[in-house]
Amino acid sequence: MAVRDEPLTRPRGAVHEWRGLAGLAFIGLLIGGALLGLVAEGARDPSGARDAFDPYLARVVRFTLLQAILSTLASVLPAIVVARALSRHGAFRGRGLLLRLFSVPLALPQIVAALGVLALFGRAGLLADLASASGLGHWPSIYGLSGILIAHAFFNVPLAARLLLQALDTIPADHWRLASQLGMAPWSTFGLIEWPAMRAALPGIAGLVFMLCVTSFTIVLTLGGGPAATTLEVAIYQALRFDFDPARALVLTALQLGLTIAIVWLLARLGADLAGETSIAVSRRRYAAIGGVETLFNAAVLMLALAFVGGPIAAIVAGGLEADLGRLIGEHAVRAALATSLVLAFVAAILCCLLTFGLVSGRKRLEARRRSSPAGLAERLMDSGTALVLVVPPIIIGAGWFLLLRLFADAFAFAPVMVVCVNAVMAIPFVVRAIRPAHDSAFDRHDRLCRQLGITGMARLRLVDWPVMRRPLATGFAFAMALSIGDLGVIALFGSEQVQTLPYLLLARMSSYRTADAAGIALILAVFCFLLIMLAERLGGEKR
Amino acid sequence: MRIFTLLTAAATAAFAQVASADTLTVYTYESFTAEWGPGPQVEKAFEAECGCDLEFVAVADGVALLNRVRLEGEATKADIVLGLDTNLTTAAKATGLFAEHNIDTAAITVPGGWSDDVFVPYDYGYFAVIYDTQQMTTPPGSLKELVEGDAGQKIVIQDPRTSTPGLGLLLWMKAVYGDKAGEAWAELSDRILTVTPGWSEAYGLFTSGEAPMVLSYTTSPAYHMIAEDTERYQAAGFSEGHYLQIELAGLTTRGTENPLARQFLAFMTGPAFQDVIPETNWMFPAGKTSEPLDPAFSKLVKPQETLLIDAETVEANRQAWVDEWLSAMSR
Repeated sequence: MAVRDEPLTRPRGAVHEWRGLAGLAFIGLLIGGALLGLVAEGARDPSGARDAFDPYLARVVRFTLLQAILSTLASVLPAIVVARALSRHGAFRGRGLLLRLFSVPLALPQIVAALGVLALFGRAGLLADLASASGLGHWPSIYGLSGILIAHAFFNVPLAARLLLQALDTIPADHWRLASQLGMAPWSTFGLIEWPAMRAALPGIAGLVFMLCVTSFTIVLTLGGGPAATTLEVAIYQALRFDFDPARALVLTALQLGLTIAIVWLLARLGADLAGETSIAVSRRRYAAIGGVETLFNAAVLMLALAFVGGPIAAIVAGGLEADLGRLIGEHAVRAALATSLVLAFVAAILCCLLTFGLVSGRKRLEARRRSSPAGLAERLMDSGTALVLVVPPIIIGAGWFLLLRLFADAFAFAPVMVVCVNAVMAIPFVVRAIRPAHDSAFDRHDRLCRQLGITGMARLRLVDWPVMRRPLATGFAFAMALSIGDLGVIALFGSEQVQTLPYLLLARMSSYRTADAAGIALILAVFCFLLIMLAERLGGEKR
Repeated sequence: MRIFTLLTAAATAAFAQVASADTLTVYTYESFTAEWGPGPQVEKAFEAECGCDLEFVAVADGVALLNRVRLEGEATKADIVLGLDTNLTTAAKATGLFAEHNIDTAAITVPGGWSDDVFVPYDYGYFAVIYDTQQMTTPPGSLKELVEGDAGQKIVIQDPRTSTPGLGLLLWMKAVYGDKAGEAWAELSDRILTVTPGWSEAYGLFTSGEAPMVLSYTTSPAYHMIAEDTERYQAAGFSEGHYLQIELAGLTTRGTENPLARQFLAFMTGPAFQDVIPETNWMFPAGKTSEPLDPAFSKLVKPQETLLIDAETVEANRQAWVDEWLSAMSR
């Protein structure tokens, strides 16, 4: 059987590999084109690149790494506890609501999130009021490293928890059944069943969070308390925006990329590959009875997570309700911006899901083909490599492409295309995390069977892949859309009259005293994100 | 095939010529063209006067405006660029994309006077520390009092590396303290709650009650008085004087071929344009208005002295001064 199998699978494997390579090529083109544009411009005056290395830069690099590493720890460690609590209790009332709430921070512009966090933890925040009212004395200032960590945790604890939960959901039901038949204590269940699944996903998730924190800009400056809190991203922005020095910006971007690759490489060494589960599940997951102490602990964990994530969101909602929402929704500018945002986010999310599916299935097939030999470059790139795009600042991509395109055409006519492409690619790392666990475990279960039955191409996609993948793909799609809808990135530096998105409008209102309007728009943004995620889950979760 | 291409090219060229004869393209910043900004009224008034089509292209702010023009280079569609400030003029002139305006600027008066062949002022404002009267009863009366005052009373400022008002405060400190600016910054740093990337973040923190003071403009209270009917937020008058920001418009080399461009610059100095500025852009008009300003404007702090460092000096020293600020603030 196996002997006849070999020559048949080779060409098919190659086809699938192409899907992944196409995804990589797209990402490569997007980044490569931008860098090319900047190199061409920077070559005219390379002195900025030489002068970039000074003691100031050393300080900036030190702080960038410090805050990013601490932020990653502050996000991922709590997320492990939260994800486990969510996984242990699969059916309590409000679980779905909590999970949807967890997707909202992703869609919020950083300044909105910062103000939400301050409404809870700031000098004029709720906790400070409570502290002085209860006579506990002075609430400590959060401006500085602590403020940065809290705000990053607000963004990333929910993200990491959702992604870890996705990994926990791939544990075969039989394992759970076995665990309960053997009467495993919570601690051994964690060590033998849950931890291995999480550990396999952890380096990728931690890497993702790290990259998001490395490039943080508004939060770091606003909550950092002063210029001692300066990240490389700030320096890149300054070089490109105020000094218009492409050479310096390029060198700083390369540095940021290099540092991140080093850290992600280290993280990858800490992880382990999950052994594939080849048997087909024979039972459905049943939630075993969980002891009282553990239930109490998990309930406390989830309440805390709810307060931490829900508190700032509640403040944003309360602020938004004070705005004149009726007038805002009636305004042509708001509706047009909403429509623009939705269309761009929708197209970006579709493109993103296609590219990601190609990358994920390409990677898995490469892995399956190499058996036990070490992973090649293409496979690694299709995995963690895609996330590196997050470390290339959107303004670099924007500036590079505008510089390149202006040689051939009216560069600004391409603004909508660029926004879609960049948003799609920036969302890939998130969607990879959302769909890869499900894809890989399904692949391990079904691949042999498909090959034996000769199910290939579209038939396999429709009959085998789609039923398993539709839920995670829907989650990924919602993620991608939420991310894109809140994005401002590529066009922020130069503006574009065709791309007036909702976040753009929000900042415009904020910059002309209309803070109430801005709060109202933030609420509209959050509500739409919430609805989108609900819709995606409904579409994905439907029984066939 | 080739004939078709040629025809298309010819048609496009013909169309482009028609379009440029009747259309004026003005690049400006976002809050200028917003529906509450000066843009819509200015557009209506100018189109009525010229019988042409005025098209605004809006980008985020003044710095983004210069970058946009720099990126487009010779291919820019702008006839007029409106919204640069004095600190950007040297860099803007260096691009070689701007031409002399050759219009009569007698109607324009800005504090300290103005003469420039390329850029024409349309409004101006003074930087000021705005304080919340509900949190603070005795605001600082001078920059010196701000620097040396109670460190418990915080102020939010903007980053001079990323924001125009942030650079404004840096120059204000330099104009007052000169060589001692570094030490003054070090002393002030205890009082600074945080340094935000832009004006909106700082003002957002201030209005949400995080700090009793923020760096903004003397005209900020006018917005709160006229649009929100509250006198809660007031500017602190500083005895050393206030640093000036002048907003400018310039003619691009492309604009020299469009007669509408110079017509627009002349229109900009007249009352039809200037009337719109105070209550939409919340700045002082640089030319005469047909009616006196709203009484709220007469309640604003009137600087005893105007501080302004010339554009060449700023351009030559900006990097060194920012470095000085960085090392003083990071201590």
